[in-house]
Amino acid sequence: MAYSDKVLDHYNNPRNVGSFSKDDPSVGTGVVGAPECGDVMKLQLKISDAGVIEDARFKTFGCGSAIASSSYVTELVKGKHIDEAMTIKNTVIVKELNLPPVKIHCSVLAEDAIKAAITDWKNHKGEPASGTEGGDKKAREA
Amino acid sequence: MLKTPIYMDNHATTPLDPRVLDAMLPYFTQKFGNAASRNHSFGWEAEEGVDRARNQIAALINAKSKEIIFTSGATESDNLAIKGVLEFYKEKGNHIITCVTEHKAVLDSCRALERQGKATVTYLAVDKFGMVNPDDVRKAITDKTVLITIMFANNEIGTIHPIETIGKLAKEKGIIFHCDAVQAVGKVPVDVDKCGIDLMSMSGHKLYGPKGIGAIYVRSKGPRVRLSPIIDGGGHERGMRSGTLNVTGIVGFGAACEIAGKEMAEETQKLLQLRNKLQAGIFERLDEVYLNGHPTERLPGNLNVSFAYVEGESLLMGINDIAVSSGSACTSATLEPSYVIRSLGVNEELAHSSIRFGLGRFNTEEEVDYVTERVSKEVKRLRDMSPLYEMAKEGIDLKSVQWKQ
Repeated sequence: MAYSDKVLDHYNNPRNVGSFSKDDPSVGTGVVGAPECGDVMKLQLKISDAGVIEDARFKTFGCGSAIASSSYVTELVKGKHIDEAMTIKNTVIVKELNLPPVKIHCSVLAEDAIKAAITDWKNHKGEPASGTEGGDKKAREA
Repeated sequence: MLKTPIYMDNHATTPLDPRVLDAMLPYFTQKFGNAASRNHSFGWEAEEGVDRARNQIAALINAKSKEIIFTSGATESDNLAIKGVLEFYKEKGNHIITCVTEHKAVLDSCRALERQGKATVTYLAVDKFGMVNPDDVRKAITDKTVLITIMFANNEIGTIHPIETIGKLAKEKGIIFHCDAVQAVGKVPVDVDKCGIDLMSMSGHKLYGPKGIGAIYVRSKGPRVRLSPIIDGGGHERGMRSGTLNVTGIVGFGAACEIAGKEMAEETQKLLQLRNKLQAGIFERLDEVYLNGHPTERLPGNLNVSFAYVEGESLLMGINDIAVSSGSACTSATLEPSYVIRSLGVNEELAHSSIRFGLGRFNTEEEVDYVTERVSKEVKRLRDMSPLYEMAKEGIDLKSVQWKQ
């Protein structure tokens, strides 16, 4: 299978790989996919009190297209308000990365990851910092 | 100097040995006759080439030359064995015993017969090393069983089945034993008499011969095995496989078998040394690497490993100057991870993480060293990017996690 140049670029030079501290109350974490399906994405968004995404980190287990989709998403959401980020459709990712039909599920997973991370942030927003770790863990296991 | 890309996928196919090419060349332009032309020298020359090849192939597997029937490849041989036996012996019974890790040419031939209502099939499970238990074969036998079909060595994990025991059992019960020996012939000693094999599929391009040529061994005595043909026509190959013989392919296949027979002992030593070095090198450099297949009863050139927390296709992408294959769903047309790896009872994630290295005649120690370093480095990079690796390192039991799909 031939990969698009953009997929190769994100795969070889992934943007914003890593993790934020679980104790940071401004961080929302979304973990989507399942190991037995061959794809798991973890997307973390650092969100201001005003609801603006200030920074993003990802880690992905999956094929090159899954890694590229999540890497691209970290760039895409930065600076956006969460209300706008919630409306991002997977088709934007498909178009940017030229994903073939068999890889569309990778873009769907990336879209789901954005929604899951924002939802997690909304769920624990306002909770005391001490409760964040539990909230974070709960989100992973939810 | 190391040359890339490196080919380490010798279970998929092998390069043609230059000595095989030399043997084939005259048969394209000079000795181009039809081996079935009985009344001129062009035909006789071609027939001589075919006869020589038949002898060379028979010698490698301890058969008689007339027991070798040429086909287009092992897929056709498997189809002919299974469909041909079931059709010919339909008065006797309609039950087939096979196992879940067989090649698709065997499994899908069985399924086709089931669909058509011509056979019932028992698909035996394998143990965690991918080996079928002869006792399970014995227990599966019914008074309707006409065929046992078990492969010699598996194409993904290299596991070598207890063929001799299964062969004895088949003899004892008077059941025809077919063996898909594509990966084994020319790599490990295969003796059809010692193993009690009645029908055996072989392929040219897996042993440094050309593609598009294969054969089926059909036992002529003790018992004489009969087959209904699946291709009708001029009655070539004793009526079992009509069609003008692929003389160049046959000559090449024969030459490849002769070389394999002569060099097997030496080549096995070399392959074992390279394979063991690759295996040791990878296991030294990385934690949580799992061997798929049997630790000892395995093809000398085979190394199939799962790199936990790393998806196979992404790894292949990272080592794109090395040709290997993966059991990952993303590399298959069906989007299902390898059915062979899953049959070992390992967790599904490890099937997505499996890589098959297939070492062959032309691989070098320098290549093995390069592949060891390159793969280890890439696995580390991808693990640093893997949420599963991070969670495992934090002590989270991945099996206890409720995944959102």
